[in-house]
Amino acid sequence: MRDSPLHLAASGKWIDDAELSFEINEPDAYALEEALQLKEKHGGEVVVLCAGPERAAQTIREALAKGADRAIHIETEALSSLDTLGVAKLLAAAVTPEKPDLILTGLQSDDLGAGQTGVVMAELLGVPHSTIIMQVEVRDANIRVKRELENGWFQQIEMPLPAVLAMQSGSNKLRYATLMGIKKAKTKEIRRVTPEELGGTAAAVATIDKVYLPQKSKQTQIFEGDAKTAAAQLVEKLKFEARVI
Amino acid sequence: MSILVVLEQQAGQWHRMSWETLAAAQQLGDSVEAAVIGKGIGTLASEAATKKLAKVWSVEHDLLDSYTADGYTAALEQLIRKTQPKVVLFPHTYQVRDFAPKLATRFSQVLVSDVIAVHGDAGTLTLVRQLFQGKLNGDVRVSGAGPVFASMQAGAWRADTLESGSAAVETFTPTLEAGQIRQKPEAPFREAARAVDLTAAEIIVSVGRGIGEQSNLPVIEDLAQAFGAELAASRPICDSGWLPMERQVGSSGQTVAPKLYVAVGISGAIQHLVGMKGAKTIVAINKDANAPIFEVADYGIVGDLFEVAPALAAEVRKAKGA
Repeated sequence: MRDSPLHLAASGKWIDDAELSFEINEPDAYALEEALQLKEKHGGEVVVLCAGPERAAQTIREALAKGADRAIHIETEALSSLDTLGVAKLLAAAVTPEKPDLILTGLQSDDLGAGQTGVVMAELLGVPHSTIIMQVEVRDANIRVKRELENGWFQQIEMPLPAVLAMQSGSNKLRYATLMGIKKAKTKEIRRVTPEELGGTAAAVATIDKVYLPQKSKQTQIFEGDAKTAAAQLVEKLKFEARVI
Repeated sequence: MSILVVLEQQAGQWHRMSWETLAAAQQLGDSVEAAVIGKGIGTLASEAATKKLAKVWSVEHDLLDSYTADGYTAALEQLIRKTQPKVVLFPHTYQVRDFAPKLATRFSQVLVSDVIAVHGDAGTLTLVRQLFQGKLNGDVRVSGAGPVFASMQAGAWRADTLESGSAAVETFTPTLEAGQIRQKPEAPFREAARAVDLTAAEIIVSVGRGIGEQSNLPVIEDLAQAFGAELAASRPICDSGWLPMERQVGSSGQTVAPKLYVAVGISGAIQHLVGMKGAKTIVAINKDANAPIFEVADYGIVGDLFEVAPALAAEVRKAKGA
Protein backbone atom coordinates (compact mmCIF):
# COMPACT_ATOMS: atom_id res chain seq x y z
CA MET A 1 0.00 0.00 0.00
CA ARG A 2 2.90 2.28 0.80
CA ASP A 3 3.65 3.32 -2.77
CA SER A 4 0.16 3.03 -4.23
CA PRO A 5 -1.67 6.09 -5.52
CA LEU A 6 -4.54 6.87 -3.13
CA HIS A 7 -8.13 7.78 -3.96
CA LEU A 8 -10.69 9.20 -1.58
CA ALA A 9 -13.74 7.13 -0.70
CA ALA A 10 -17.18 8.48 -1.62
CA SER A 11 -17.87 9.10 2.09
CA GLY A 12 -14.95 11.53 2.21
CA LYS A 13 -13.96 9.97 5.54
CA TRP A 14 -11.33 7.47 4.39
CA ILE A 15 -9.63 6.21 1.26
CA ASP A 16 -11.12 3.81 -1.25
CA ASP A 17 -9.20 0.64 -0.43
CA ALA A 18 -10.93 -1.75 -2.84
CA GLU A 19 -8.13 -1.54 -5.41
CA LEU A 20 -5.22 -1.57 -2.98
CA SER A 21 -2.90 -4.41 -2.17
CA PHE A 22 -2.12 -4.82 1.53
CA GLU A 23 1.06 -5.78 3.29
CA ILE A 24 2.51 -5.87 6.77
CA ASN A 25 3.01 -2.39 8.18
CA GLU A 26 6.72 -1.64 7.75
CA PRO A 27 7.68 -0.81 11.37
CA ASP A 28 5.70 -3.88 12.49
CA ALA A 29 7.89 -6.03 10.23
CA TYR A 30 10.89 -4.78 12.20
CA ALA A 31 9.15 -5.56 15.49
CA LEU A 32 8.54 -9.12 14.27
CA GLU A 33 12.17 -9.46 13.18
CA GLU A 34 13.39 -8.36 16.62
CA ALA A 35 11.06 -10.89 18.27
CA LEU A 36 12.37 -13.71 16.06
CA GLN A 37 15.98 -12.77 16.81
CA LEU A 38 15.31 -12.63 20.56
CA LYS A 39 13.77 -16.09 20.35
CA GLU A 40 16.83 -17.39 18.51
CA LYS A 41 19.07 -16.03 21.28
CA HIS A 42 16.99 -16.74 24.37
CA GLY A 43 14.40 -19.33 23.40
CA GLY A 44 10.71 -18.91 24.12
CA GLU A 45 7.75 -18.40 21.86
CA VAL A 46 6.75 -15.66 19.42
CA VAL A 47 3.01 -14.98 19.28
CA VAL A 48 1.68 -12.67 16.58
CA LEU A 49 -1.29 -10.48 17.49
CA CYS A 50 -3.24 -8.61 14.83
CA ALA A 51 -6.55 -6.75 14.84
CA GLY A 52 -8.12 -6.34 11.44
CA PRO A 53 -10.56 -7.63 8.85
CA GLU A 54 -10.56 -11.10 7.36
CA ARG A 55 -7.92 -10.15 4.76
CA ALA A 56 -5.39 -9.57 7.60
CA ALA A 57 -5.13 -13.37 7.82
CA GLN A 58 -2.79 -13.23 4.84
CA THR A 59 -0.39 -10.94 6.71
CA ILE A 60 -0.60 -13.17 9.76
CA ARG A 61 0.31 -16.24 7.63
CA GLU A 62 3.31 -14.32 6.35
CA ALA A 63 4.47 -13.64 9.90
CA LEU A 64 4.04 -17.32 10.76
CA ALA A 65 6.00 -18.27 7.63
CA LYS A 66 8.86 -16.07 8.80
CA GLY A 67 9.01 -18.03 12.05
CA ALA A 68 6.38 -16.89 14.55
CA ASP A 69 4.96 -19.83 16.49
CA ARG A 70 1.27 -19.01 16.59
CA ALA A 71 -1.14 -16.12 16.13
CA ILE A 72 -4.18 -14.40 17.55
CA HIS A 73 -6.41 -12.59 15.08
CA ILE A 74 -8.91 -10.11 16.51
CA GLU A 75 -11.28 -10.26 13.61
CA THR A 76 -13.27 -7.10 12.99
CA GLU A 77 -14.42 -5.24 9.91
CA ALA A 78 -15.04 -2.14 12.04
CA LEU A 79 -11.48 -1.29 13.00
CA SER A 80 -11.63 2.09 11.29
CA SER A 81 -14.51 3.16 13.55
CA LEU A 82 -12.22 2.82 16.57
CA ASP A 83 -9.62 5.30 17.75
CA THR A 84 -6.18 4.50 19.14
CA LEU A 85 -7.57 3.92 22.61
CA GLY A 86 -10.25 1.57 21.29
CA VAL A 87 -7.74 -0.50 19.30
CA ALA A 88 -5.26 -0.57 22.18
CA LYS A 89 -8.01 -1.78 24.56
CA LEU A 90 -8.78 -4.73 22.28
CA LEU A 91 -5.09 -5.59 21.90
CA ALA A 92 -4.46 -5.28 25.65
CA ALA A 93 -7.43 -7.52 26.42
CA ALA A 94 -6.04 -10.17 24.06
CA VAL A 95 -2.53 -9.86 25.53
CA THR A 96 -3.49 -10.16 29.21
CA PRO A 97 -4.16 -13.95 29.38
CA GLU A 98 -0.97 -14.61 27.37
CA LYS A 99 1.24 -13.05 30.09
CA PRO A 100 4.11 -12.31 27.70
CA ASP A 101 7.54 -11.20 28.95
CA LEU A 102 7.89 -8.66 26.18
CA ILE A 103 5.46 -6.95 23.82
CA LEU A 104 6.88 -5.47 20.63
CA THR A 105 5.01 -3.11 18.33
CA GLY A 106 6.04 -1.08 15.31
CA LEU A 107 6.65 2.58 16.01
CA GLN A 108 3.75 3.76 13.88
CA SER A 109 1.39 2.72 11.14
CA ASP A 110 1.86 3.69 7.51
CA ASP A 111 -1.75 4.90 7.23
CA LEU A 112 -2.74 6.86 10.35
CA GLY A 113 0.80 7.31 11.60
CA ALA A 114 -0.41 8.16 15.10
CA GLY A 115 2.45 6.18 16.65
CA GLN A 116 0.66 5.54 19.92
CA THR A 117 -0.72 2.01 20.07
CA GLY A 118 2.25 0.52 21.95
CA VAL A 119 2.43 3.35 24.49
CA VAL A 120 -1.30 3.23 25.21
CA MET A 121 -1.20 -0.58 25.53
CA ALA A 122 1.60 -0.29 28.09
CA GLU A 123 -0.49 2.12 30.15
CA LEU A 124 -3.55 -0.15 29.96
CA LEU A 125 -1.48 -3.20 30.93
CA GLY A 126 0.33 -1.31 33.71
CA VAL A 127 3.80 -2.13 32.37
CA PRO A 128 6.74 0.15 31.46
CA HIS A 129 7.51 1.06 27.86
CA SER A 130 9.94 2.83 25.62
CA THR A 131 9.68 3.94 22.01
CA ILE A 132 11.82 4.42 18.86
CA ILE A 133 13.93 1.41 19.84
CA MET A 134 16.91 0.29 17.74
CA GLN A 135 18.35 -2.55 19.88
CA VAL A 136 17.14 -4.84 22.64
CA GLU A 137 19.39 -6.60 25.14
CA VAL A 138 17.85 -9.00 27.66
CA ARG A 139 19.43 -8.97 31.14
CA ASP A 140 17.64 -11.51 33.36
CA ALA A 141 14.44 -9.82 34.52
CA ASN A 142 15.38 -6.54 32.85
CA ILE A 143 15.92 -5.24 29.35
CA ARG A 144 18.39 -2.60 28.22
CA VAL A 145 17.31 -0.88 25.02
CA LYS A 146 18.88 1.63 22.64
CA ARG A 147 16.44 4.45 22.06
CA GLU A 148 16.79 6.90 19.19
CA LEU A 149 16.69 10.58 20.11
CA GLU A 150 16.59 13.46 17.64
CA ASN A 151 19.48 14.74 15.49
CA GLY A 152 21.58 11.59 15.57
CA TRP A 153 21.60 11.10 19.36
CA PHE A 154 20.85 7.85 21.16
CA GLN A 155 20.30 6.71 24.72
CA GLN A 156 20.33 3.41 26.60
CA ILE A 157 17.42 2.77 28.93
CA GLU A 158 16.98 -0.12 31.32
CA MET A 159 13.60 -1.30 32.59
CA PRO A 160 12.03 -4.36 34.17
CA LEU A 161 10.06 -6.99 32.27
CA PRO A 162 7.31 -7.32 31.25
CA ALA A 163 7.48 -4.24 29.06
CA VAL A 164 6.25 -2.80 25.76
CA LEU A 165 8.72 -1.56 23.14
CA ALA A 166 7.83 0.37 19.99
CA MET A 167 10.45 -0.59 17.40
CA GLN A 168 11.96 1.81 14.89
CA SER A 169 12.26 0.81 11.23
CA GLY A 170 15.75 -0.15 10.13
CA SER A 171 16.68 -1.62 13.51
CA ASN A 172 17.44 -5.00 11.90
CA LYS A 173 17.73 -6.59 8.51
CA LEU A 174 14.40 -8.17 7.65
CA ARG A 175 14.27 -11.86 6.78
CA TYR A 176 12.25 -13.44 4.03
CA ALA A 177 10.00 -16.43 4.54
CA THR A 178 11.59 -19.66 3.29
CA LEU A 179 9.67 -22.26 1.32
CA MET A 180 9.91 -24.53 4.35
CA GLY A 181 8.60 -21.70 6.52
CA ILE A 182 5.62 -21.14 4.23
CA LYS A 183 4.81 -24.85 4.34
CA LYS A 184 5.10 -25.01 8.12
CA ALA A 185 2.93 -21.91 8.56
CA LYS A 186 -0.06 -23.79 7.18
CA THR A 187 -0.09 -26.02 10.25
CA LYS A 188 0.39 -23.27 12.83
CA GLU A 189 -2.46 -22.09 15.02
CA ILE A 190 -4.35 -18.87 14.27
CA ARG A 191 -6.86 -18.29 17.04
CA ARG A 192 -9.70 -15.99 15.99
CA VAL A 193 -11.41 -13.84 18.58
CA THR A 194 -14.12 -11.24 18.21
CA PRO A 195 -14.14 -7.81 19.89
CA GLU A 196 -17.18 -9.02 21.88
CA GLU A 197 -15.15 -11.87 23.38
CA LEU A 198 -12.60 -9.25 24.48
CA GLY A 199 -15.15 -7.15 26.30
CA GLY A 200 -16.54 -5.18 23.37
CA THR A 201 -15.44 -1.94 21.79
CA ALA A 202 -15.53 1.52 23.31
CA ALA A 203 -16.98 4.49 21.43
CA ALA A 204 -14.24 6.58 19.82
CA VAL A 205 -13.32 9.89 21.46
CA ALA A 206 -11.30 11.00 18.42
CA THR A 207 -13.03 10.67 15.05
CA ILE A 208 -11.96 11.60 11.54
CA ASP A 209 -14.62 13.84 10.00
CA LYS A 210 -13.07 14.22 6.59
CA VAL A 211 -9.96 13.35 4.59
CA TYR A 212 -8.75 15.42 1.64
CA LEU A 213 -5.75 16.32 -0.47
CA PRO A 214 -3.58 18.95 1.20
CA GLN A 215 -3.70 22.44 -0.28
CA LYS A 216 -0.40 23.46 -1.72
CA SER A 217 1.34 26.17 0.23
CA LYS A 218 3.98 26.77 -2.42
CA GLN A 219 3.61 27.38 -6.16
CA THR A 220 5.51 24.57 -7.83
CA GLN A 221 6.50 24.87 -11.49
CA ILE A 222 6.06 21.46 -13.07
CA PHE A 223 7.83 20.70 -16.32
CA GLU A 224 6.00 18.48 -18.76
CA GLY A 225 6.94 16.52 -21.82
CA ASP A 226 9.52 13.83 -22.36
CA ALA A 227 12.44 13.52 -19.95
CA LYS A 228 14.90 15.42 -22.15
CA THR A 229 12.56 18.39 -22.75
CA ALA A 230 11.54 18.61 -19.09
CA ALA A 231 15.17 18.36 -17.95
CA ALA A 232 16.23 21.12 -20.35
CA GLN A 233 13.45 23.42 -19.11
CA LEU A 234 14.39 22.72 -15.49
CA VAL A 235 18.08 23.48 -16.06
CA GLU A 236 17.15 26.73 -17.81
CA LYS A 237 15.17 27.81 -14.72
CA LEU A 238 17.89 26.70 -12.29
CA LYS A 239 20.42 28.71 -14.22
CA PHE A 240 18.53 31.91 -15.05
CA GLU A 241 15.65 32.13 -12.54
CA ALA A 242 16.88 30.48 -9.34
CA ARG A 243 20.54 31.10 -10.28
CA VAL A 244 21.77 28.10 -8.32
CA ILE A 245 23.95 26.44 -10.97
CA MET B 1 -10.46 28.79 26.14
CA SER B 2 -7.81 27.67 28.64
CA ILE B 3 -4.75 26.00 27.15
CA LEU B 4 -1.75 24.40 28.82
CA VAL B 5 1.39 24.21 26.68
CA VAL B 6 4.02 21.69 27.73
CA LEU B 7 7.39 23.14 26.76
CA GLU B 8 10.36 20.85 26.15
CA GLN B 9 13.87 21.31 27.46
CA GLN B 10 16.80 18.99 27.81
CA ALA B 11 19.79 19.70 30.04
CA GLY B 12 18.77 23.36 30.22
CA GLN B 13 18.40 23.81 26.44
CA TRP B 14 15.01 24.58 24.93
CA HIS B 15 13.66 22.46 22.11
CA ARG B 16 12.95 25.13 19.47
CA MET B 17 9.55 23.56 18.67
CA SER B 18 8.41 24.59 22.15
CA TRP B 19 8.05 28.16 20.88
CA GLU B 20 6.18 27.12 17.75
CA THR B 21 3.67 25.30 19.95
CA LEU B 22 3.35 28.34 22.18
CA ALA B 23 2.63 30.44 19.09
CA ALA B 24 -0.13 27.99 18.11
CA ALA B 25 -1.63 28.28 21.61
CA GLN B 26 -1.55 32.09 21.56
CA GLN B 27 -3.48 32.07 18.29
CA LEU B 28 -6.02 29.62 19.66
CA GLY B 29 -6.73 30.54 23.28
CA ASP B 30 -7.30 33.56 25.45
CA SER B 31 -5.83 32.00 28.58
CA VAL B 32 -2.56 30.21 27.87
CA GLU B 33 -0.41 28.69 30.60
CA ALA B 34 2.92 26.98 29.99
CA ALA B 35 4.70 24.22 31.91
CA VAL B 36 8.45 23.63 32.11
CA ILE B 37 9.52 20.29 33.58
CA GLY B 38 12.79 19.32 35.21
CA LYS B 39 15.12 20.04 38.09
CA GLY B 40 16.74 23.44 38.65
CA ILE B 41 14.80 25.04 35.81
CA GLY B 42 14.24 28.48 37.35
CA THR B 43 16.09 30.29 34.57
CA LEU B 44 14.10 28.51 31.89
CA ALA B 45 10.80 29.28 33.64
CA SER B 46 11.77 32.98 33.89
CA GLU B 47 12.60 33.01 30.20
CA ALA B 48 9.23 31.47 29.31
CA ALA B 49 7.57 34.12 31.49
CA THR B 50 8.70 36.85 29.05
CA LYS B 51 6.05 35.58 26.60
CA LYS B 52 2.39 36.59 26.65
CA LEU B 53 1.08 33.95 29.06
CA ALA B 54 -1.38 33.77 31.95
CA LYS B 55 1.11 31.78 34.02
CA VAL B 56 4.25 29.65 33.82
CA TRP B 57 4.34 26.46 35.86
CA SER B 58 7.78 25.38 36.93
CA VAL B 59 7.25 21.65 37.48
CA GLU B 60 10.24 20.74 39.61
CA HIS B 61 11.36 17.50 41.25
CA ASP B 62 14.67 15.68 41.75
CA LEU B 63 13.15 12.69 39.93
CA LEU B 64 12.45 14.85 36.86
CA ASP B 65 16.14 15.66 36.30
CA SER B 66 16.35 13.23 33.36
CA TYR B 67 13.35 12.56 31.15
CA THR B 68 11.42 9.35 31.80
CA ALA B 69 7.99 8.47 30.42
CA ASP B 70 6.80 7.40 33.88
CA GLY B 71 8.08 10.54 35.65
CA TYR B 72 6.76 13.03 33.11
CA THR B 73 3.37 11.30 32.88
CA ALA B 74 2.86 11.27 36.65
CA ALA B 75 3.95 14.90 37.08
CA LEU B 76 1.81 16.25 34.24
CA GLU B 77 -1.21 14.19 35.26
CA GLN B 78 -1.13 15.93 38.66
CA LEU B 79 -0.68 19.39 37.12
CA ILE B 80 -3.55 18.88 34.66
CA ARG B 81 -5.90 17.59 37.38
CA LYS B 82 -5.08 20.71 39.39
CA THR B 83 -5.34 23.32 36.61
CA GLN B 84 -8.10 21.69 34.49
CA PRO B 85 -7.21 23.16 31.08
CA LYS B 86 -9.58 22.57 28.14
CA VAL B 87 -6.69 21.87 25.78
CA VAL B 88 -3.15 20.56 26.38
CA LEU B 89 -0.65 21.20 23.58
CA PHE B 90 2.80 19.67 23.04
CA PRO B 91 5.48 20.07 20.37
CA HIS B 92 5.46 16.84 18.31
CA THR B 93 8.95 15.73 19.34
CA TYR B 94 10.38 12.24 19.83
CA GLN B 95 10.07 12.77 23.59
CA VAL B 96 6.42 13.80 23.41
CA ARG B 97 5.65 10.75 21.28
CA ASP B 98 7.13 8.66 24.09
CA PHE B 99 4.90 9.88 26.95
CA ALA B 100 1.95 12.00 25.73
CA PRO B 101 -0.17 9.02 24.52
CA LYS B 102 0.23 7.49 28.00
CA LEU B 103 -0.78 10.76 29.65
CA ALA B 104 -3.87 11.11 27.44
CA THR B 105 -4.89 7.54 28.32
CA ARG B 106 -5.00 8.52 32.02
CA PHE B 107 -7.82 10.92 31.08
CA SER B 108 -9.54 8.37 28.77
CA GLN B 109 -8.48 10.59 25.90
CA VAL B 110 -6.51 10.10 22.70
CA LEU B 111 -3.56 12.30 21.75
CA VAL B 112 -4.13 13.88 18.34
CA SER B 113 -0.57 13.83 17.04
CA ASP B 114 1.31 15.71 14.34
CA VAL B 115 -1.29 18.49 14.04
CA ILE B 116 -0.74 21.10 11.30
CA ALA B 117 -3.77 23.39 11.82
CA VAL B 118 -6.61 24.00 14.27
CA HIS B 119 -10.07 25.44 13.56
CA GLY B 120 -13.01 26.36 15.77
CA ASP B 121 -13.28 26.88 19.50
CA ALA B 122 -13.27 24.59 22.56
CA GLY B 123 -16.75 23.20 21.88
CA THR B 124 -16.15 22.29 18.25
CA LEU B 125 -12.39 22.07 17.93
CA THR B 126 -11.21 20.56 14.65
CA LEU B 127 -7.59 19.43 14.49
CA VAL B 128 -6.02 18.88 11.08
CA ARG B 129 -3.36 16.17 10.84
CA GLN B 130 -1.55 14.37 8.08
CA LEU B 131 -2.32 10.80 7.08
CA PHE B 132 -0.58 8.30 4.80
CA GLN B 133 2.86 9.90 5.27
CA GLY B 134 1.54 13.33 4.34
CA LYS B 135 -0.31 12.33 1.19
CA LEU B 136 -3.67 13.29 2.73
CA ASN B 137 -4.95 15.56 5.47
CA GLY B 138 -7.64 14.54 7.94
CA ASP B 139 -9.95 16.66 10.10
CA VAL B 140 -10.14 15.15 13.58
CA ARG B 141 -12.77 15.96 16.20
CA VAL B 142 -12.34 15.05 19.85
CA SER B 143 -15.21 14.39 22.27
CA GLY B 144 -15.17 13.04 25.80
CA ALA B 145 -14.90 14.61 29.22
CA GLY B 146 -11.17 15.13 29.56
CA PRO B 147 -9.08 17.86 27.99
CA VAL B 148 -8.13 17.72 24.30
CA PHE B 149 -4.52 16.53 23.93
CA ALA B 150 -2.66 17.48 20.74
CA SER B 151 0.95 17.60 19.54
CA MET B 152 1.94 20.18 16.95
CA GLN B 153 4.07 19.42 13.91
CA ALA B 154 7.47 21.08 13.37
CA GLY B 155 7.23 24.18 11.20
CA ALA B 156 3.41 24.36 11.20
CA TRP B 157 3.46 27.52 13.33
CA ARG B 158 6.07 30.24 13.34
CA ALA B 159 7.92 31.04 16.55
CA ASP B 160 8.56 34.61 15.36
CA THR B 161 4.85 35.39 15.70
CA LEU B 162 5.09 34.86 19.50
CA GLU B 163 3.75 37.77 21.53
CA SER B 164 5.80 39.02 24.48
CA GLY B 165 4.47 39.67 27.93
CA SER B 166 5.21 39.26 31.59
CA ALA B 167 3.80 36.19 33.32
CA ALA B 168 3.98 35.00 36.90
CA VAL B 169 6.02 31.87 37.59
CA GLU B 170 4.56 29.37 40.03
CA THR B 171 6.40 26.29 41.23
CA PHE B 172 4.49 23.01 41.18
CA THR B 173 6.04 20.12 43.08
CA PRO B 174 4.44 16.84 42.04
CA THR B 175 4.27 13.88 44.40
CA LEU B 176 6.71 11.35 42.95
CA GLU B 177 8.49 8.32 44.36
CA ALA B 178 11.55 6.68 42.86
CA GLY B 179 9.72 3.32 42.78
CA GLN B 180 7.09 4.50 40.33
CA ILE B 181 9.68 5.43 37.68
CA ARG B 182 10.54 2.15 36.00
CA GLN B 183 12.74 3.41 33.15
CA LYS B 184 16.38 3.99 34.11
CA PRO B 185 17.88 6.25 31.43
CA GLU B 186 21.62 6.56 30.77
CA ALA B 187 23.38 9.63 29.34
CA PRO B 188 22.62 10.41 25.67
CA PHE B 189 25.44 9.65 23.22
CA ARG B 190 26.32 10.02 19.54
CA GLU B 191 27.71 7.29 17.35
CA ALA B 192 31.08 7.78 15.66
CA ALA B 193 31.81 11.32 14.51
CA ARG B 194 30.36 12.16 11.13
CA ALA B 195 32.80 12.12 8.23
CA VAL B 196 30.32 13.84 5.93
CA ASP B 197 28.98 17.24 6.88
CA LEU B 198 25.96 17.75 4.68
CA THR B 199 25.14 21.02 6.44
CA ALA B 200 28.05 22.67 4.64
CA ALA B 201 27.01 21.50 1.16
CA GLU B 202 25.84 24.12 -1.37
CA ILE B 203 24.06 21.60 -3.56
CA ILE B 204 22.61 18.28 -2.43
CA VAL B 205 21.20 15.52 -4.61
CA SER B 206 19.12 13.24 -2.41
CA VAL B 207 17.71 9.84 -3.23
CA GLY B 208 14.74 7.96 -1.79
CA ARG B 209 12.82 4.74 -1.98
CA GLY B 210 11.97 5.36 -5.65
CA ILE B 211 15.44 4.14 -6.62
CA GLY B 212 14.17 0.60 -6.06
CA GLU B 213 17.45 -1.19 -5.42
CA GLN B 214 21.04 -0.49 -4.48
CA SER B 215 22.36 -1.43 -7.91
CA ASN B 216 20.48 1.56 -9.37
CA LEU B 217 22.38 4.09 -7.25
CA PRO B 218 24.97 4.99 -9.96
CA VAL B 219 22.18 6.88 -11.79
CA ILE B 220 21.93 9.25 -8.82
CA GLU B 221 25.67 9.34 -8.15
CA ASP B 222 26.17 10.51 -11.72
CA LEU B 223 23.52 13.23 -11.30
CA ALA B 224 25.23 14.41 -8.09
CA GLN B 225 28.53 14.51 -9.93
CA ALA B 226 27.02 16.57 -12.76
CA PHE B 227 25.73 19.12 -10.24
CA GLY B 228 28.95 19.02 -8.19
CA ALA B 229 26.68 18.04 -5.30
CA GLU B 230 26.92 16.02 -2.11
CA LEU B 231 24.92 12.80 -2.22
CA ALA B 232 22.26 12.37 0.48
CA ALA B 233 19.31 10.07 1.10
CA SER B 234 16.04 9.63 2.93
CA ARG B 235 15.82 7.23 5.81
CA PRO B 236 14.78 3.99 4.03
CA ILE B 237 17.91 4.12 1.87
CA CYS B 238 20.21 4.37 4.90
CA ASP B 239 18.14 1.81 6.83
CA SER B 240 18.73 -0.65 4.00
CA GLY B 241 22.45 0.03 4.23
CA TRP B 242 22.63 1.30 0.63
CA LEU B 243 24.22 4.54 1.81
CA PRO B 244 25.85 5.26 5.18
CA MET B 245 23.70 6.75 7.96
CA GLU B 246 25.75 9.93 7.89
CA ARG B 247 24.21 10.78 4.52
CA GLN B 248 20.68 10.73 5.91
CA VAL B 249 18.61 13.92 5.82
CA GLY B 250 15.60 14.24 8.13
CA SER B 251 14.51 14.35 11.74
CA SER B 252 16.73 11.41 12.71
CA GLY B 253 19.57 12.50 10.40
CA GLN B 254 20.96 15.87 9.42
CA THR B 255 19.08 19.13 8.93
CA VAL B 256 20.33 20.89 5.81
CA ALA B 257 19.74 24.24 4.10
CA PRO B 258 21.70 24.20 0.82
CA LYS B 259 21.05 26.62 -2.01
CA LEU B 260 19.80 23.73 -4.16
CA TYR B 261 18.24 20.46 -3.00
CA VAL B 262 17.31 17.92 -5.65
CA ALA B 263 15.02 15.20 -4.27
CA VAL B 264 14.90 12.15 -6.54
CA GLY B 265 12.37 9.39 -5.84
CA ILE B 266 11.60 10.84 -2.40
CA SER B 267 7.89 11.01 -1.59
CA GLY B 268 8.46 13.54 1.19
CA ALA B 269 7.35 12.07 4.52
CA ILE B 270 7.34 14.77 7.17
CA GLN B 271 10.40 13.21 8.86
CA HIS B 272 12.31 13.98 5.67
CA LEU B 273 10.75 17.38 4.98
CA VAL B 274 11.71 18.83 8.37
CA GLY B 275 15.33 18.10 7.48
CA MET B 276 15.42 19.92 4.14
CA LYS B 277 12.57 22.39 3.71
CA GLY B 278 14.91 25.24 4.62
CA ALA B 279 16.74 24.78 1.30
CA LYS B 280 16.68 27.89 -0.90
CA THR B 281 15.57 26.07 -4.04
CA ILE B 282 14.00 22.62 -4.03
CA VAL B 283 13.63 20.36 -7.07
CA ALA B 284 11.51 17.22 -6.90
CA ILE B 285 11.55 14.32 -9.33
CA ASN B 286 8.88 11.75 -8.58
CA LYS B 287 6.49 9.51 -10.49
CA ASP B 288 3.55 10.36 -8.17
CA ALA B 289 2.17 13.86 -8.88
CA ASN B 290 0.49 13.82 -5.46
CA ALA B 291 3.68 13.04 -3.53
CA PRO B 292 4.02 15.49 -0.62
CA ILE B 293 7.54 16.44 -1.78
CA PHE B 294 5.84 18.61 -4.43
CA GLU B 295 4.30 20.60 -1.55
CA VAL B 296 7.67 22.11 -0.77
CA ALA B 297 9.26 21.99 -4.23
CA ASP B 298 9.91 25.09 -6.34
CA TYR B 299 10.38 23.02 -9.49
CA GLY B 300 9.17 19.55 -10.27
CA ILE B 301 9.24 16.86 -12.90
CA VAL B 302 6.61 14.15 -12.67
CA GLY B 303 8.11 11.10 -14.29
CA ASP B 304 10.27 8.01 -14.18
CA LEU B 305 13.50 8.89 -12.41
CA PHE B 306 15.42 6.39 -14.52
CA GLU B 307 14.63 8.53 -17.57
CA VAL B 308 14.68 11.94 -15.92
CA ALA B 309 17.88 11.66 -13.85
CA PRO B 310 20.22 10.79 -16.79
CA ALA B 311 18.54 13.43 -19.00
CA LEU B 312 18.98 16.00 -16.24
CA ALA B 313 22.63 15.05 -15.70
CA ALA B 314 23.26 15.56 -19.43
CA GLU B 315 21.49 18.94 -19.47
CA VAL B 316 23.36 20.15 -16.36
CA ARG B 317 26.69 19.20 -17.94
CA LYS B 318 25.68 21.00 -21.13
CA ALA B 319 24.69 24.15 -19.20
CA LYS B 320 27.94 24.14 -17.27
CA GLY B 321 29.88 23.65 -20.49
CA ALA B 322 31.49 20.51 -19.16
